[in-house]
Amino acid sequence: MAVPKIVGIETEYAIVHRGVEESNPITASSFLINAYLSEVYKEGLPGPARNVSWDFEDEMPGNDARGFAPMGSMAPVVETHLVNAVLTNGARYYVDHAHPELSTPECADARSVVAFDRAGELIAIQSMEAAKKLLPPGEEIVVYKNNSDGKGNSYGTHENYLMDRETPFGHIVQHATAHFVTRQIFIGAGKVGSEVPGLGFDDVPFQLTQRADFFEEEVGLETTLKRPIINTRDEPHADAQRYRRLHVIAGDANMSEIATFLKVGTTTMILAMVEDAFCDRDFIFKTPVATMRNVSYDLSLKAPIRMADDSSITALEIQFEYLRMAQKYAAERDMAPLGGAGAVAEILERWEMVLAGLEVDPMQLADQLDWVAKKKLLDRYRDRDAMEWDDARLRLIDLQYADMRPHKSVFARVGMQTLVTHEEVERAVFEPPEETRAYFRGKCLQQFATDIVAANWDSLVFDVGDEPLRRVPMMEPGRGTRAHVGSLLEDCDSALELLRRLDGNR
Amino acid sequence: MAEREQIKKPAPSEQESAPGETEAASERGEELKAEMDDLLDEIDEVLETNAEEFVKSYIQKGGQ
Repeated sequence: MAVPKIVGIETEYAIVHRGVEESNPITASSFLINAYLSEVYKEGLPGPARNVSWDFEDEMPGNDARGFAPMGSMAPVVETHLVNAVLTNGARYYVDHAHPELSTPECADARSVVAFDRAGELIAIQSMEAAKKLLPPGEEIVVYKNNSDGKGNSYGTHENYLMDRETPFGHIVQHATAHFVTRQIFIGAGKVGSEVPGLGFDDVPFQLTQRADFFEEEVGLETTLKRPIINTRDEPHADAQRYRRLHVIAGDANMSEIATFLKVGTTTMILAMVEDAFCDRDFIFKTPVATMRNVSYDLSLKAPIRMADDSSITALEIQFEYLRMAQKYAAERDMAPLGGAGAVAEILERWEMVLAGLEVDPMQLADQLDWVAKKKLLDRYRDRDAMEWDDARLRLIDLQYADMRPHKSVFARVGMQTLVTHEEVERAVFEPPEETRAYFRGKCLQQFATDIVAANWDSLVFDVGDEPLRRVPMMEPGRGTRAHVGSLLEDCDSALELLRRLDGNR
Repeated sequence: MAEREQIKKPAPSEQESAPGETEAASERGEELKAEMDDLLDEIDEVLETNAEEFVKSYIQKGGQ
C-alpha cells in the first residue's frame, strides 16, 4: 500500500515596497513578517513564533535523490540569518531568496491543503495591514501570489509529497514528468507573453502557465536557475530509511481553490499509483522540456505531442488516461493513504468535470481555473478597449490578478468558485491540521511557546530550565496527530510534564 | 468492486439550436457581455493608474 500522501505547499510571494526610492526586498520581507508577528502574537496570547528559531541542523538541500551531484550543479544555499518563524498552525513563515515565503503545515489530504494555503493568504493580508500601520505615511508593502515578473525572474510555489523510499526514483520521474507537463492545462495561472528570448507577443500572446518558460532541464538539483521539471532534492525531514519527500517545483501559484485542490489531489493519486506500480501505461515525451513549453503555449489543449516512440497524443488525452487509471485505482484499492474514499471521490469528480469542460470549451471553466478566468477577462478588455496583446494594461491586469490586497485584487472580483468555507480558513490560521505531526508542533507552540527554543519539520527543542536542552524528534509525519497526542497535550500543564510523560511512554 | 464509467457531460455548445433558440442564445450572449462589462467597470476602479509605469517597475529577485 502507498504511504500516506502527506502534503504541503510552500509559496514565495512577490514583494513590492511602494513609496520609497530604492526598495530592498530582503528587508521588506523581514519587516513584513516581523510586523505580522508583533501584531498578531501579542504578549499574553498563545503564540509561537517570535522566540522560536528555526533549527537548521538537519537541513541538507544539497542532497540529491540520484545519489550524486553532477559537476557544476549548484545546490541551494540555506540562509540562516533572516527572520524565520513557526506559527501555531504548524506553518513556517520566513524570508527566502528575497521573498517572504509561507510553508503550509503537513496536511493529510488535498482539501486540507486548500484550507491551509488559503490561511497562508490571510496571513499575508494581515501582514500587509500590520506593516502599513508601522510604515511612514505614503509607504506600503504589497505582496503578490504569482511566479513571474515579466522580466525573466521567477520565484516558486512548491509542493511536497511524502513517498515510500522503496519506490524507484526512475518510476517517479516517468509519471511525474508526464503529469507535470500535462496538468498545466488546469493548474496554469495564465500569463501574458513569454520571456523566452526571441518570442514576442505575436508568437506567444498568452500562455497557460507562469512557470513553463523557466524550465530548462528534465531532472536536476537546482531550483533557482536551469530549473528541472523533476527536482531531485533529497531532504525528507523524516525517517530517511522509510520516506522520501518529493519536492515539486514545476507548478504555478493558484488563486483558485479548485485549481489548488486539483493540483495537489491529482498529483497525490498519481504518486500513490506509482508507489503501488498500478499505472498500466506510461507517457515518455521525445523532448520533455520543449513539450512543457508547447503545452503552455497551446491554448487549444489539443496540439499533438511527439512521444519518444514517435506516436502522438495530446495533453488532454494524457490527463484523461491518468484519470481513468485513478478511477480504477480508487475502485480496486484502499484509499486510506489518500484521505479515504470520500476524499478521493471528490478529487475524481472534480478532475473529470474539469477535463470534460476543457475538452468541450475551456472558457466555461472561468469560475474554476485561474488561466481561464484571466484569459476571459483579458479577451473582453482587448475587445472593449481595442488593445493588442502588447498593451501594458493587459500585463497590469495579469499582475494585479495576484495582488493580495482585497481592495486591489482582480482575482477577488472574477467570481471564482470556492471549496472551503471562510470559517475553515480562519481556523487554519491559528489551528494546526489534526491528522499529521503538524498537530503536535502547533499545539506545543500554543501551549508551551516560552519553553521552546527551536523548531524544525522533524523536531522541537525544549528548554525547561535546569535540564539540558531536550530535542523531541518527530520523524514520522503521520504521528503526533490529535488522535495520538491530543489528550496527552490537554493533560499537561507544562512542557516539563509533557517531556516526563513522553519519557515515560518510551 | 465495479469499475466506474467515465461519463463525459455534453456542453451546451455541442447541442444544436433551433431558430427560436438562436435568438434567445444571442440575447443571452448580450446579457453575458453586459455582465462582463460590469465586471470590467468594477476592475477599472481598482487598476493601477499608470500601467506602463507599474509594469516597467515591477521587478523581483529570482527565487526558487
